[in-house]
Amino acid sequence: MDYIKLILLGIVTLVAAMAASWAHDLAYQVHAMLIMVIAFGMFIWVLRQTDEIKPEPQDGIYSDGVIRAGVIATAFWGIAGFLVGTFIAFQLAFPELNFDWGQPFTNFGRLRPLHTSAVIFAFGGNALIATSFYVVQRTSGVKLWGGNAAWFVFWGYQLFIVLAATGYLLGATQSKEYAEPEWYVDIWLTIVWLAYLAVFLGTIYMRRERHIYVANWFFLSFIITVAMLHVINNLSIPVSFWGSKSVQVFSGVQDAMTQWWYGHNAVGFFLTAGFLGMMYYFVPKQAGRPVYSYKLSIIHFWALIFLYIWAGPHHLHYTALPDWASTLGMVFSIILWMPSWGGMINGLMTLQGAWDKLRTDPIMRMFVLSLGFYGMSTFEGPMMSIRAVNSLSHYTDWTIGHVHSGALGWNGMITFACIYFLTPKLWGRKQMYSMSAINWHFWLATLGIVLYAASMWVTGIMEGLMWREVDDQGFLVNSFADTVSAKFPMYVVRGLGGVLFLSGALVMVWNMWMTIRGAKPATATLPHATPAE
Amino acid sequence: MDTYSLLRQIADSWVLLAMFTFFLGVGVWAFLPSQSAARKDASMIPFRNHDGADTPAVDQKGQNNG
Repeated sequence: MDYIKLILLGIVTLVAAMAASWAHDLAYQVHAMLIMVIAFGMFIWVLRQTDEIKPEPQDGIYSDGVIRAGVIATAFWGIAGFLVGTFIAFQLAFPELNFDWGQPFTNFGRLRPLHTSAVIFAFGGNALIATSFYVVQRTSGVKLWGGNAAWFVFWGYQLFIVLAATGYLLGATQSKEYAEPEWYVDIWLTIVWLAYLAVFLGTIYMRRERHIYVANWFFLSFIITVAMLHVINNLSIPVSFWGSKSVQVFSGVQDAMTQWWYGHNAVGFFLTAGFLGMMYYFVPKQAGRPVYSYKLSIIHFWALIFLYIWAGPHHLHYTALPDWASTLGMVFSIILWMPSWGGMINGLMTLQGAWDKLRTDPIMRMFVLSLGFYGMSTFEGPMMSIRAVNSLSHYTDWTIGHVHSGALGWNGMITFACIYFLTPKLWGRKQMYSMSAINWHFWLATLGIVLYAASMWVTGIMEGLMWREVDDQGFLVNSFADTVSAKFPMYVVRGLGGVLFLSGALVMVWNMWMTIRGAKPATATLPHATPAE
Repeated sequence: MDTYSLLRQIADSWVLLAMFTFFLGVGVWAFLPSQSAARKDASMIPFRNHDGADTPAVDQKGQNNG
Protein backbone atom coordinates (compact mmCIF):
# COMPACT_ATOMS: atom_id res chain seq x y z
CA MET A 1 0.00 0.00 0.00
CA ASP A 2 2.81 2.41 0.90
CA TYR A 3 4.51 1.66 -2.42
CA ILE A 4 1.38 2.59 -4.37
CA LYS A 5 1.14 5.82 -2.36
CA LEU A 6 4.78 6.59 -3.08
CA ILE A 7 4.35 6.04 -6.81
CA LEU A 8 1.23 8.22 -6.92
CA LEU A 9 2.79 11.01 -4.88
CA GLY A 10 5.88 10.86 -7.07
CA ILE A 11 3.78 11.24 -10.21
CA VAL A 12 1.81 14.13 -8.69
CA THR A 13 5.04 15.90 -7.71
CA LEU A 14 6.44 15.44 -11.20
CA VAL A 15 3.30 16.65 -13.00
CA ALA A 16 3.02 19.62 -10.64
CA ALA A 17 6.63 20.53 -11.36
CA MET A 18 5.96 20.40 -15.10
CA ALA A 19 2.79 22.47 -14.58
CA ALA A 20 4.73 25.06 -12.60
CA SER A 21 7.21 25.35 -15.42
CA TRP A 22 4.74 25.48 -18.31
CA ALA A 23 2.02 27.50 -16.55
CA HIS A 24 0.20 30.08 -18.67
CA ASP A 25 -0.75 32.31 -15.75
CA LEU A 26 0.42 33.31 -12.29
CA ALA A 27 -2.40 31.68 -10.28
CA TYR A 28 -1.88 28.34 -11.97
CA GLN A 29 1.87 28.55 -11.44
CA VAL A 30 1.56 29.33 -7.72
CA HIS A 31 -0.95 26.50 -7.30
CA ALA A 32 1.26 24.05 -9.16
CA MET A 33 4.20 24.92 -6.93
CA LEU A 34 2.01 24.60 -3.84
CA ILE A 35 0.82 21.16 -4.91
CA MET A 36 4.37 20.15 -5.79
CA VAL A 37 5.64 21.10 -2.33
CA ILE A 38 2.73 19.36 -0.54
CA ALA A 39 3.03 16.20 -2.63
CA PHE A 40 6.79 16.07 -2.13
CA GLY A 41 6.43 16.61 1.61
CA MET A 42 3.90 13.75 1.78
CA PHE A 43 6.22 11.60 -0.33
CA ILE A 44 9.03 12.03 2.22
CA TRP A 45 6.62 11.42 5.07
CA VAL A 46 5.27 8.20 3.57
CA LEU A 47 8.78 7.09 2.67
CA ARG A 48 9.99 7.43 6.25
CA GLN A 49 7.11 5.25 7.45
CA THR A 50 7.41 2.58 4.80
CA ASP A 51 8.08 -0.90 6.16
CA GLU A 52 7.94 0.42 9.74
CA ILE A 53 5.61 -1.08 12.30
CA LYS A 54 2.54 1.12 12.49
CA PRO A 55 0.66 1.70 15.74
CA GLU A 56 -2.62 -0.21 15.92
CA PRO A 57 -5.63 2.04 15.32
CA GLN A 58 -7.54 2.51 18.54
CA ASP A 59 -10.67 0.42 18.62
CA GLY A 60 -13.81 0.99 20.60
CA ILE A 61 -13.71 4.79 20.63
CA TYR A 62 -15.35 7.42 18.44
CA SER A 63 -13.13 9.02 15.78
CA ASP A 64 -13.00 12.46 17.36
CA GLY A 65 -9.55 13.60 16.24
CA VAL A 66 -10.83 14.88 12.93
CA ILE A 67 -13.65 16.70 14.72
CA ARG A 68 -11.18 18.43 17.04
CA ALA A 69 -9.24 19.58 13.98
CA GLY A 70 -12.50 20.69 12.37
CA VAL A 71 -13.54 22.78 15.38
CA ILE A 72 -10.18 24.58 15.39
CA ALA A 73 -10.29 25.08 11.61
CA THR A 74 -13.81 26.51 11.91
CA ALA A 75 -12.64 29.11 14.41
CA PHE A 76 -9.52 29.93 12.38
CA TRP A 77 -11.34 30.44 9.07
CA GLY A 78 -14.12 32.28 10.87
CA ILE A 79 -11.68 34.91 12.11
CA ALA A 80 -10.01 35.12 8.68
CA GLY A 81 -13.37 35.51 6.89
CA PHE A 82 -14.79 38.07 9.37
CA LEU A 83 -11.55 40.07 9.23
CA VAL A 84 -11.58 40.28 5.43
CA GLY A 85 -15.31 41.09 5.54
CA THR A 86 -14.77 43.95 7.97
CA PHE A 87 -11.87 45.25 5.89
CA ILE A 88 -13.83 45.29 2.63
CA ALA A 89 -16.75 46.95 4.42
CA PHE A 90 -14.38 49.81 5.23
CA GLN A 91 -12.99 49.70 1.68
CA LEU A 92 -16.50 50.54 0.49
CA ALA A 93 -16.75 53.43 2.94
CA PHE A 94 -13.18 54.65 2.39
CA PRO A 95 -11.94 53.72 -1.11
CA GLU A 96 -8.39 54.83 -0.16
CA LEU A 97 -8.14 51.46 1.57
CA ASN A 98 -7.68 49.94 -1.90
CA PHE A 99 -3.97 50.66 -1.37
CA ASP A 100 -1.96 51.47 -4.46
CA TRP A 101 0.91 49.25 -3.38
CA GLY A 102 -1.42 46.26 -3.09
CA GLN A 103 -2.88 46.41 -6.60
CA PRO A 104 -4.32 44.38 -8.11
CA PHE A 105 -4.23 41.72 -5.39
CA THR A 106 -5.95 43.53 -2.54
CA ASN A 107 -8.63 45.52 -4.30
CA PHE A 108 -12.28 45.12 -3.33
CA GLY A 109 -13.11 43.02 -6.37
CA ARG A 110 -10.62 40.32 -5.43
CA LEU A 111 -11.11 40.44 -1.68
CA ARG A 112 -14.89 40.15 -1.84
CA PRO A 113 -15.00 36.56 -3.17
CA LEU A 114 -12.25 35.76 -0.66
CA HIS A 115 -14.58 36.97 2.10
CA THR A 116 -17.69 35.16 0.84
CA SER A 117 -15.88 31.88 0.25
CA ALA A 118 -13.99 32.13 3.55
CA VAL A 119 -17.14 32.58 5.61
CA ILE A 120 -19.45 30.25 3.68
CA PHE A 121 -17.16 27.42 2.60
CA ALA A 122 -14.24 27.68 5.01
CA PHE A 123 -16.01 28.68 8.24
CA GLY A 124 -19.42 27.18 7.44
CA GLY A 125 -18.05 24.17 5.56
CA ASN A 126 -15.63 23.18 8.31
CA ALA A 127 -18.39 23.61 10.87
CA LEU A 128 -20.66 21.37 8.79
CA ILE A 129 -18.03 18.66 8.27
CA ALA A 130 -17.04 18.65 11.96
CA THR A 131 -20.58 18.63 13.34
CA SER A 132 -21.86 16.12 10.80
CA PHE A 133 -19.03 13.73 11.73
CA TYR A 134 -19.82 14.23 15.41
CA VAL A 135 -23.58 13.84 15.02
CA VAL A 136 -23.52 10.85 12.67
CA GLN A 137 -21.29 8.91 15.09
CA ARG A 138 -23.35 9.74 18.17
CA THR A 139 -26.68 9.03 16.54
CA SER A 140 -25.49 5.84 14.86
CA GLY A 141 -23.55 4.46 17.80
CA VAL A 142 -20.54 3.59 15.64
CA LYS A 143 -17.26 5.26 14.74
CA LEU A 144 -16.68 6.89 11.36
CA TRP A 145 -16.52 4.49 8.46
CA GLY A 146 -13.42 4.38 6.30
CA GLY A 147 -10.65 4.92 8.84
CA ASN A 148 -8.40 7.72 7.64
CA ALA A 149 -10.77 8.75 4.83
CA ALA A 150 -12.23 11.31 7.25
CA TRP A 151 -8.76 12.86 7.59
CA PHE A 152 -8.50 12.93 3.80
CA VAL A 153 -11.79 14.83 3.72
CA PHE A 154 -10.55 17.31 6.31
CA TRP A 155 -7.15 18.05 4.77
CA GLY A 156 -8.46 17.83 1.20
CA TYR A 157 -11.07 20.43 2.08
CA GLN A 158 -8.44 22.74 3.62
CA LEU A 159 -6.40 22.43 0.42
CA PHE A 160 -9.49 23.35 -1.60
CA ILE A 161 -9.93 26.46 0.56
CA VAL A 162 -6.30 27.52 0.18
CA LEU A 163 -6.38 26.97 -3.60
CA ALA A 164 -9.64 28.89 -3.95
CA ALA A 165 -8.55 31.79 -1.74
CA THR A 166 -5.12 32.27 -3.30
CA GLY A 167 -6.66 31.86 -6.74
CA TYR A 168 -9.02 34.82 -6.16
CA LEU A 169 -6.17 37.07 -5.06
CA LEU A 170 -4.08 36.09 -8.07
CA GLY A 171 -6.97 36.59 -10.47
CA ALA A 172 -8.18 33.05 -11.23
CA THR A 173 -11.97 33.14 -11.21
CA GLN A 174 -14.78 31.89 -13.42
CA SER A 175 -16.93 34.81 -12.23
CA LYS A 176 -19.79 32.71 -10.86
CA GLU A 177 -21.12 33.87 -7.52
CA TYR A 178 -20.17 31.40 -4.75
CA ALA A 179 -18.61 29.17 -7.44
CA GLU A 180 -15.60 31.26 -8.40
CA PRO A 181 -12.85 28.59 -8.26
CA GLU A 182 -11.49 27.46 -11.60
CA TRP A 183 -11.74 24.00 -13.13
CA TYR A 184 -8.90 22.11 -11.38
CA VAL A 185 -10.01 23.37 -7.96
CA ASP A 186 -13.57 22.25 -8.81
CA ILE A 187 -12.36 18.78 -9.76
CA TRP A 188 -10.39 18.50 -6.52
CA LEU A 189 -13.42 19.54 -4.48
CA THR A 190 -15.53 16.93 -6.29
CA ILE A 191 -13.08 14.19 -5.24
CA VAL A 192 -13.01 15.40 -1.63
CA TRP A 193 -16.78 15.73 -1.54
CA LEU A 194 -17.36 12.18 -2.83
CA ALA A 195 -15.03 10.92 -0.10
CA TYR A 196 -17.10 12.92 2.42
CA LEU A 197 -20.28 11.30 1.07
CA ALA A 198 -18.69 7.86 1.32
CA VAL A 199 -17.60 8.37 4.94
CA PHE A 200 -21.00 9.72 5.93
CA LEU A 201 -23.05 7.08 4.11
CA GLY A 202 -20.73 4.30 5.29
CA THR A 203 -21.21 5.36 8.90
CA ILE A 204 -24.98 5.47 8.51
CA TYR A 205 -24.90 2.05 6.88
CA MET A 206 -22.96 0.55 9.79
CA ARG A 207 -25.25 2.10 12.41
CA ARG A 208 -26.43 0.28 15.52
CA GLU A 209 -29.60 2.32 15.80
CA ARG A 210 -32.72 1.13 14.02
CA HIS A 211 -33.69 4.58 12.73
CA ILE A 212 -31.63 7.19 10.95
CA TYR A 213 -31.98 10.27 13.15
CA VAL A 214 -33.50 13.27 11.36
CA ALA A 215 -30.33 15.38 11.70
CA ASN A 216 -28.57 12.85 9.50
CA TRP A 217 -31.28 13.21 6.84
CA PHE A 218 -30.53 16.92 6.65
CA PHE A 219 -26.77 16.36 6.57
CA LEU A 220 -27.11 13.69 3.89
CA SER A 221 -29.37 15.82 1.69
CA PHE A 222 -26.86 18.66 2.06
CA ILE A 223 -23.95 16.46 0.96
CA ILE A 224 -25.76 14.89 -2.00
CA THR A 225 -27.36 18.07 -3.28
CA VAL A 226 -24.16 20.11 -3.01
CA ALA A 227 -22.37 17.42 -5.01
CA MET A 228 -25.02 17.61 -7.74
CA LEU A 229 -25.13 21.43 -7.81
CA HIS A 230 -21.37 21.77 -7.81
CA VAL A 231 -20.81 19.39 -10.69
CA ILE A 232 -23.53 20.80 -12.93
CA ASN A 233 -22.77 24.47 -12.31
CA ASN A 234 -19.06 23.92 -12.94
CA LEU A 235 -19.34 22.13 -16.28
CA SER A 236 -16.56 23.89 -18.11
CA ILE A 237 -13.75 23.11 -20.53
CA PRO A 238 -10.25 24.31 -19.68
CA VAL A 239 -8.58 26.32 -22.40
CA SER A 240 -5.34 24.51 -21.68
CA PHE A 241 -4.29 21.82 -19.21
CA TRP A 242 -1.48 24.17 -18.16
CA GLY A 243 -3.62 27.19 -17.39
CA SER A 244 -6.42 28.16 -15.01
CA LYS A 245 -8.78 29.68 -17.59
CA SER A 246 -11.83 27.66 -18.60
CA VAL A 247 -14.94 28.21 -20.71
CA GLN A 248 -18.44 27.40 -19.50
CA VAL A 249 -20.43 24.75 -21.36
CA PHE A 250 -23.71 26.66 -20.91
CA SER A 251 -24.04 30.18 -22.20
CA GLY A 252 -26.42 33.12 -21.96
CA VAL A 253 -29.65 32.73 -20.05
CA GLN A 254 -29.13 28.99 -19.58
CA ASP A 255 -25.85 29.73 -17.85
CA ALA A 256 -27.49 32.41 -15.70
CA MET A 257 -30.30 30.05 -14.71
CA THR A 258 -27.89 27.21 -13.90
CA GLN A 259 -25.79 29.61 -11.84
CA TRP A 260 -28.73 30.78 -9.73
CA TRP A 261 -30.19 27.32 -9.47
CA TYR A 262 -26.79 26.54 -7.94
CA GLY A 263 -26.55 29.83 -6.04
CA HIS A 264 -29.86 29.64 -4.29
CA ASN A 265 -29.47 26.00 -3.42
CA ALA A 266 -26.05 26.77 -1.98
CA VAL A 267 -28.12 28.84 0.43
CA GLY A 268 -30.86 26.21 0.64
CA PHE A 269 -28.77 23.12 1.15
CA PHE A 270 -25.36 24.32 2.35
CA LEU A 271 -26.48 27.13 4.64
CA THR A 272 -29.93 25.79 5.51
CA ALA A 273 -30.29 22.00 5.31
CA GLY A 274 -26.80 21.33 6.68
CA PHE A 275 -27.20 23.79 9.54
CA LEU A 276 -30.65 22.41 10.30
CA GLY A 277 -28.87 19.10 10.79
CA MET A 278 -26.89 20.83 13.54
CA MET A 279 -30.07 22.33 14.95
CA TYR A 280 -31.91 18.99 15.19
CA TYR A 281 -29.10 17.44 17.21
CA PHE A 282 -27.53 20.19 19.30
CA VAL A 283 -30.67 22.10 20.32
CA PRO A 284 -32.30 18.99 21.86
CA LYS A 285 -28.94 18.08 23.46
CA GLN A 286 -28.42 21.50 24.99
CA ALA A 287 -32.05 21.73 26.13
CA GLY A 288 -31.85 18.21 27.56
CA ARG A 289 -35.12 17.15 25.92
CA PRO A 290 -36.11 15.60 22.58
CA VAL A 291 -37.19 17.73 19.65
CA TYR A 292 -40.71 19.19 20.06
CA SER A 293 -42.27 17.16 17.24
CA TYR A 294 -40.40 14.48 15.36
CA LYS A 295 -43.32 14.23 12.92
CA LEU A 296 -43.04 17.91 12.11
CA SER A 297 -39.32 17.45 11.48
CA ILE A 298 -40.14 14.85 8.81
CA ILE A 299 -42.53 17.26 7.09
CA HIS A 300 -39.95 20.04 7.48
CA PHE A 301 -37.34 17.89 5.77
CA TRP A 302 -39.37 16.77 2.78
CA ALA A 303 -40.97 20.17 2.23
CA LEU A 304 -37.56 21.87 2.13
CA ILE A 305 -36.20 19.24 -0.26
CA PHE A 306 -39.15 19.55 -2.60
CA LEU A 307 -39.41 23.34 -2.58
CA TYR A 308 -35.92 24.80 -2.32
CA ILE A 309 -34.66 23.36 -5.56
CA TRP A 310 -37.17 25.48 -7.55
CA ALA A 311 -36.57 28.83 -5.87
CA GLY A 312 -33.47 29.92 -7.79
CA PRO A 313 -35.13 31.93 -10.62
CA HIS A 314 -36.14 34.69 -8.18
CA HIS A 315 -32.54 35.92 -8.54
CA LEU A 316 -33.29 36.68 -12.20
CA HIS A 317 -36.47 38.80 -12.14
CA TYR A 318 -36.68 41.29 -15.01
CA THR A 319 -33.94 39.60 -17.01
CA ALA A 320 -33.87 37.54 -20.21
CA LEU A 321 -35.24 34.62 -18.20
CA PRO A 322 -38.78 33.71 -19.37
CA ASP A 323 -41.55 35.07 -17.16
CA TRP A 324 -42.96 31.63 -16.38
CA ALA A 325 -39.61 30.59 -14.89
CA SER A 326 -39.26 33.66 -12.72
CA THR A 327 -42.89 33.32 -11.59
CA LEU A 328 -42.23 29.68 -10.73
CA GLY A 329 -39.23 30.70 -8.65
CA MET A 330 -41.23 33.39 -6.89
CA VAL A 331 -44.14 31.08 -6.06
CA PHE A 332 -41.92 28.35 -4.66
CA SER A 333 -39.98 30.91 -2.65
CA ILE A 334 -43.17 32.11 -1.03
CA ILE A 335 -44.39 28.57 -0.28
CA LEU A 336 -41.00 27.94 1.36
CA TRP A 337 -41.89 30.35 4.12
CA MET A 338 -44.20 27.76 5.69
CA PRO A 339 -41.83 24.79 6.16
CA SER A 340 -39.11 27.20 7.23
CA TRP A 341 -41.23 28.57 10.02
CA GLY A 342 -42.41 25.07 10.86
CA GLY A 343 -38.79 24.15 11.43
CA MET A 344 -38.12 27.26 13.46
CA ILE A 345 -41.14 26.62 15.66
CA ASN A 346 -40.07 23.00 16.06
CA GLY A 347 -36.67 24.14 17.28
CA LEU A 348 -37.98 26.84 19.59
CA MET A 349 -40.72 24.67 21.10
CA THR A 350 -38.08 22.09 22.01
CA LEU A 351 -37.42 24.45 24.89
CA GLN A 352 -40.95 23.96 26.19
CA GLY A 353 -40.61 23.39 29.91
CA ALA A 354 -37.00 24.53 29.82
CA TRP A 355 -37.44 28.19 28.96
CA ASP A 356 -35.63 29.11 32.18
CA LYS A 357 -32.43 27.94 30.47
CA LEU A 358 -32.58 31.12 28.39
CA ARG A 359 -31.75 33.03 31.54
CA THR A 360 -29.05 30.72 32.85
CA ASP A 361 -27.44 29.19 29.79
CA PRO A 362 -25.73 31.54 27.29
CA ILE A 363 -25.23 28.67 24.81
CA MET A 364 -28.97 28.01 24.76
CA ARG A 365 -29.52 31.71 24.23
CA MET A 366 -27.28 31.56 21.14
CA PHE A 367 -29.26 28.66 19.74
CA VAL A 368 -32.52 30.52 20.28
CA LEU A 369 -31.19 33.71 18.72
CA SER A 370 -29.96 31.78 15.70
CA LEU A 371 -33.41 30.23 15.29
CA GLY A 372 -34.89 33.70 15.59
CA PHE A 373 -32.69 34.92 12.75
CA TYR A 374 -33.54 31.79 10.75
CA GLY A 375 -37.19 32.74 11.09
CA MET A 376 -36.55 36.36 10.24
CA SER A 377 -34.50 35.74 7.13
CA THR A 378 -36.83 33.00 5.88
CA PHE A 379 -39.62 35.56 6.06
CA GLU A 380 -37.58 38.37 4.52
CA GLY A 381 -36.36 36.12 1.67
CA PRO A 382 -39.79 35.09 0.34
CA MET A 383 -40.94 38.68 0.63
CA MET A 384 -37.97 39.92 -1.41
CA SER A 385 -38.58 37.24 -4.03
CA ILE A 386 -41.94 38.81 -4.91
CA ARG A 387 -41.40 40.56 -8.23
CA ALA A 388 -42.74 43.94 -7.13
CA VAL A 389 -40.64 44.00 -3.96
CA ASN A 390 -37.65 42.73 -5.90
CA SER A 391 -37.90 45.64 -8.33
CA LEU A 392 -37.06 47.86 -5.39
CA SER A 393 -34.64 45.62 -3.52
CA HIS A 394 -32.63 43.98 -6.26
CA TYR A 395 -29.05 45.18 -6.83
CA THR A 396 -29.29 47.28 -3.66
CA ASP A 397 -27.68 46.78 -0.24
CA TRP A 398 -30.94 45.37 1.06
CA THR A 399 -29.89 42.08 -0.50
CA ILE A 400 -26.54 42.29 1.29
CA GLY A 401 -28.34 42.98 4.56
CA HIS A 402 -30.65 40.01 4.03
CA VAL A 403 -27.76 37.67 3.32
CA HIS A 404 -25.92 38.82 6.42
CA SER A 405 -28.85 38.56 8.80
CA GLY A 406 -29.11 34.95 7.63
CA ALA A 407 -25.39 34.25 7.56
CA LEU A 408 -24.29 36.09 10.72
CA GLY A 409 -27.49 35.53 12.65
CA TRP A 410 -28.50 32.01 11.73
CA ASN A 411 -25.34 30.28 10.49
CA GLY A 412 -22.88 32.24 12.61
CA MET A 413 -24.73 32.02 15.90
CA ILE A 414 -25.61 28.32 15.60
CA THR A 415 -21.98 27.56 14.70
CA PHE A 416 -20.69 29.50 17.72
CA ALA A 417 -23.15 27.65 19.95
CA CYS A 418 -22.02 24.30 18.51
CA ILE A 419 -18.36 25.24 19.09
CA TYR A 420 -19.18 26.07 22.72
CA PHE A 421 -20.97 22.73 23.01
CA LEU A 422 -18.23 20.67 21.36
CA THR A 423 -15.01 22.22 22.64
CA PRO A 424 -15.34 21.14 26.31
CA LYS A 425 -16.60 17.70 25.28
CA LEU A 426 -13.82 17.02 22.80
CA TRP A 427 -11.08 18.09 25.20
CA GLY A 428 -12.57 16.47 28.30
CA ARG A 429 -13.55 19.66 30.15
CA LYS A 430 -16.74 20.10 32.06
CA GLN A 431 -17.56 23.39 30.34
CA MET A 432 -15.95 26.33 28.58
CA TYR A 433 -13.23 28.19 30.50
CA SER A 434 -15.38 31.28 30.88
CA MET A 435 -19.17 31.30 30.74
CA SER A 436 -19.32 35.08 31.03
CA ALA A 437 -17.12 35.38 27.95
CA ILE A 438 -19.82 33.45 26.04
CA ASN A 439 -22.25 36.05 27.27
CA TRP A 440 -19.97 38.82 26.01
CA HIS A 441 -19.69 37.09 22.68
CA PHE A 442 -23.45 36.78 22.49
CA TRP A 443 -24.04 40.50 23.02
CA LEU A 444 -21.17 41.71 20.85
CA ALA A 445 -22.33 39.53 17.97
CA THR A 446 -25.99 40.46 18.41
CA LEU A 447 -25.25 44.16 18.48
CA GLY A 448 -22.99 43.77 15.45
CA ILE A 449 -25.74 42.04 13.46
CA VAL A 450 -28.32 44.64 14.46
CA LEU A 451 -26.06 47.48 13.29
CA TYR A 452 -25.29 45.60 10.08
CA ALA A 453 -28.85 44.65 9.16
CA ALA A 454 -30.40 47.99 10.13
CA SER A 455 -27.88 50.08 8.19
CA MET A 456 -28.30 47.87 5.13
CA TRP A 457 -32.08 48.16 5.25
CA VAL A 458 -31.84 51.92 5.36
CA THR A 459 -29.23 52.24 2.68
CA GLY A 460 -30.78 49.56 0.46
CA ILE A 461 -34.27 51.02 0.43
CA MET A 462 -32.89 54.54 0.07
CA GLU A 463 -30.76 53.43 -2.86
CA GLY A 464 -33.66 51.62 -4.53
CA LEU A 465 -35.91 54.66 -4.17
CA MET A 466 -33.21 57.03 -5.46
CA TRP A 467 -32.61 54.86 -8.52
CA ARG A 468 -36.25 54.90 -9.55
CA GLU A 469 -36.97 58.56 -8.76
CA VAL A 470 -38.02 60.51 -11.87
CA ASP A 471 -38.95 64.17 -12.24
CA ASP A 472 -42.12 65.48 -13.87
CA GLN A 473 -40.43 65.32 -17.28
CA GLY A 474 -39.71 61.62 -16.80
CA PHE A 475 -35.96 62.05 -16.35
CA LEU A 476 -34.04 60.20 -13.65
CA VAL A 477 -33.31 62.54 -10.75
CA ASN A 478 -30.21 60.86 -9.30
CA SER A 479 -27.00 59.68 -10.85
CA PHE A 480 -25.40 56.50 -9.56
CA ALA A 481 -22.69 58.52 -7.80
CA ASP A 482 -25.38 60.43 -5.89
CA THR A 483 -26.53 57.19 -4.26
CA VAL A 484 -22.95 56.25 -3.43
CA SER A 485 -22.28 59.47 -1.55
CA ALA A 486 -25.66 59.28 0.20
CA LYS A 487 -24.79 55.81 1.50
CA PHE A 488 -21.56 56.84 3.25
CA PRO A 489 -22.83 57.11 6.85
CA MET A 490 -24.59 53.73 6.61
CA TYR A 491 -21.42 52.14 5.25
CA VAL A 492 -19.51 53.34 8.31
CA VAL A 493 -22.20 51.93 10.61
CA ARG A 494 -22.06 48.62 8.74
CA GLY A 495 -18.29 48.52 9.15
CA LEU A 496 -18.67 49.12 12.90
CA GLY A 497 -21.18 46.27 13.06
CA GLY A 498 -18.54 44.08 11.46
CA VAL A 499 -15.97 45.19 14.05
CA LEU A 500 -18.34 44.19 16.87
CA PHE A 501 -19.07 40.80 15.30
CA LEU A 502 -15.36 40.18 14.78
CA SER A 503 -14.52 41.14 18.37
CA GLY A 504 -17.14 38.70 19.61
CA ALA A 505 -15.49 35.95 17.58
CA LEU A 506 -12.08 36.92 19.00
CA VAL A 507 -13.50 36.56 22.51
CA MET A 508 -14.62 33.07 21.48
CA VAL A 509 -11.16 32.15 20.22
CA TRP A 510 -9.60 33.32 23.50
CA ASN A 511 -12.16 31.25 25.41
CA MET A 512 -11.41 28.19 23.26
CA TRP A 513 -7.69 28.68 23.77
CA MET A 514 -8.09 28.81 27.54
CA THR A 515 -10.36 25.73 27.49
CA ILE A 516 -8.08 23.64 25.32
CA ARG A 517 -4.79 24.77 26.88
CA GLY A 518 -3.32 22.00 28.99
CA ALA A 519 -6.23 19.66 28.22
CA LYS A 520 -5.73 16.24 26.73
CA PRO A 521 -7.91 15.11 23.82
CA ALA A 522 -10.83 13.21 25.31
CA THR A 523 -11.48 9.66 24.24
CA ALA A 524 -15.10 8.64 24.07
CA THR A 525 -15.88 4.92 24.15
CA LEU A 526 -18.38 3.42 21.75
CA PRO A 527 -21.62 2.12 23.17
CA HIS A 528 -22.39 -1.58 22.95
CA ALA A 529 -25.99 -1.29 21.92
CA THR A 530 -27.71 -4.27 20.36
CA PRO A 531 -27.30 -4.12 16.59
CA ALA A 532 -30.31 -3.31 14.46
CA GLU A 533 -31.96 -6.39 13.01
CA MET B 1 -41.49 17.47 -30.77
CA ASP B 2 -38.16 18.96 -29.71
CA THR B 3 -36.45 17.79 -26.55
CA TYR B 4 -37.31 20.93 -24.60
CA SER B 5 -41.06 20.71 -25.25
CA LEU B 6 -41.11 16.98 -24.58
CA LEU B 7 -39.30 17.29 -21.25
CA ARG B 8 -41.38 20.31 -20.33
CA GLN B 9 -44.60 18.39 -20.98
CA ILE B 10 -43.51 15.39 -18.94
CA ALA B 11 -42.35 17.64 -16.10
CA ASP B 12 -45.63 19.56 -16.18
CA SER B 13 -47.83 16.50 -15.99
CA TRP B 14 -46.80 13.08 -14.75
CA VAL B 15 -43.62 14.04 -12.95
CA LEU B 16 -45.41 16.85 -11.16
CA LEU B 17 -48.20 14.50 -10.17
CA ALA B 18 -45.76 11.82 -9.02
CA MET B 19 -43.75 14.23 -6.90
CA PHE B 20 -46.83 15.76 -5.35
CA THR B 21 -48.25 12.30 -4.56
CA PHE B 22 -44.95 11.30 -2.99
CA PHE B 23 -44.97 14.44 -0.87
CA LEU B 24 -48.55 13.82 0.32
CA GLY B 25 -47.57 10.22 1.04
CA VAL B 26 -44.71 11.39 3.23
CA GLY B 27 -47.10 13.67 5.11
CA VAL B 28 -49.48 10.81 5.77
CA TRP B 29 -46.63 8.45 6.67
CA ALA B 30 -45.17 10.92 9.16
CA PHE B 31 -48.45 11.14 11.04
CA LEU B 32 -49.56 7.47 10.79
CA PRO B 33 -50.70 6.46 14.28
CA SER B 34 -49.01 3.06 13.85
CA GLN B 35 -45.67 4.84 13.42
CA SER B 36 -46.05 6.88 16.57
CA ALA B 37 -43.83 4.61 18.68
CA ALA B 38 -41.15 4.67 16.01
CA ARG B 39 -41.17 8.49 15.99
CA LYS B 40 -40.86 8.58 19.77
CA ASP B 41 -38.04 6.08 19.64
CA ALA B 42 -36.17 8.00 16.95
CA SER B 43 -36.53 11.32 18.75
CA MET B 44 -34.67 9.87 21.76
CA ILE B 45 -31.60 8.81 19.74
CA PRO B 46 -29.49 11.85 20.74
CA PHE B 47 -29.83 10.82 24.38
CA ARG B 48 -28.56 7.30 23.83
CA ASN B 49 -25.07 6.11 22.91
CA HIS B 50 -23.56 8.01 25.79
CA ASP B 51 -19.90 7.63 26.31
CA GLY B 52 -17.24 8.40 28.87
CA ALA B 53 -16.43 11.94 27.88
CA ASP B 54 -19.97 12.91 27.04
CA THR B 55 -21.37 14.74 30.05
CA PRO B 56 -25.13 14.27 30.15
CA ALA B 57 -27.45 17.24 29.62
CA VAL B 58 -26.60 20.50 31.29
CA ASP B 59 -29.17 20.21 34.07
CA GLN B 60 -27.05 17.50 35.69
CA LYS B 61 -24.09 19.84 36.03
CA GLY B 62 -23.35 18.64 39.54
CA GLN B 63 -22.20 15.16 38.60
CA ASN B 64 -19.42 15.03 36.08
CA ASN B 65 -18.71 11.58 34.74
CA GLY B 66 -16.05 12.81 32.33
